[in-house]
Amino acid sequence: MSEHPAVAQLKGQFGDKVLKVEEFRGQTSVTVPKEEIVAVCTFLRDSCGYNFLTDLCGVDYLGRTPRFTVVYQLYNIGTHTRLRLKAEVEEADCRIDTVTGVWSTANWFERECWDLMGIAFVDHPDLRRILLPEDWSGHPLRKDYPVQGPDREPYQGRLS
Amino acid sequence: MGVEQTLGNNVITTSLDKLVNWSRAKSLWPMTFGLACCAIEMMAAGAARFDLDRFGVLFRASPRQSDCIIIAGTVTQKMLPVIKTVYEQMPEPKYVIAMGACACSGGIFDTYSTVQGIDTALPVDVYVPGCPPRPEGLLYGIMKLQDKIMKERNSFGEAIGVGERISQA
Repeated sequence: MSEHPAVAQLKGQFGDKVLKVEEFRGQTSVTVPKEEIVAVCTFLRDSCGYNFLTDLCGVDYLGRTPRFTVVYQLYNIGTHTRLRLKAEVEEADCRIDTVTGVWSTANWFERECWDLMGIAFVDHPDLRRILLPEDWSGHPLRKDYPVQGPDREPYQGRLS
Repeated sequence: MGVEQTLGNNVITTSLDKLVNWSRAKSLWPMTFGLACCAIEMMAAGAARFDLDRFGVLFRASPRQSDCIIIAGTVTQKMLPVIKTVYEQMPEPKYVIAMGACACSGGIFDTYSTVQGIDTALPVDVYVPGCPPRPEGLLYGIMKLQDKIMKERNSFGEAIGVGERISQA
């Protein structure tokens, strides 16, 4: 299968900073360093036509270093092509720059990611919890969060 | 000696209790408050086929006008303060029906975000099991609540400020 057209453009612009390009079943994922995420997203929007951020989410690979990955699902409305962008975030410095300035729809996606995964987005205009109550502590979609809540005995199976 | 006590207090109070109980039981206005899929069954119970109106059950859009609240669906931790506020806004006497497995016990959602049964926060009068219960189930629950209201004692006395209402379990 031929290479995704945006990948060549990205490599031309950013060179070695394109860390990894994966292709699986016709879907292309590009991994970039988290410091470059705003520059890469701005380039993809302005020069490659990725004018729509379909989704933004976080993934917790517990046990791996770096632990988290932020995934950006991009869509080019003009050419009907998709591109997946990834940036890895380590647990000790659980922050990444916001892309709200690139696609304003990222605002609520990043709030959700902060709320459930605990990844902070630097320079986000309004980084509050979006789904859980405001006084909640913890980030429940992390793999080490107890599924029944921190104040309950863990589930032991239906023994009784 | 004849009749020493012409009309004992208890004769009059019990019959007035009955009148008050009857009027309460036969005009049980629930708060319109659907939370999840159980609300669809609650709507079906209110619509033409099952027709809650024939029991005097009319859904009200304001807690100020409601006698009972049907907790129809999954109660999340985030929704709990809202439900508590609505319940507190209802005038006395007020009743609670927990409809469906989620409202009764948390149901399949044994998770951090779900309240494990609304009876942890509100005094539940009738539990209706099912996932979701059919409209007949809800009808039966409402009839059970009517039976419970009919068995209450001193409901008239409470209304005029004499003593407490006595409710059987």
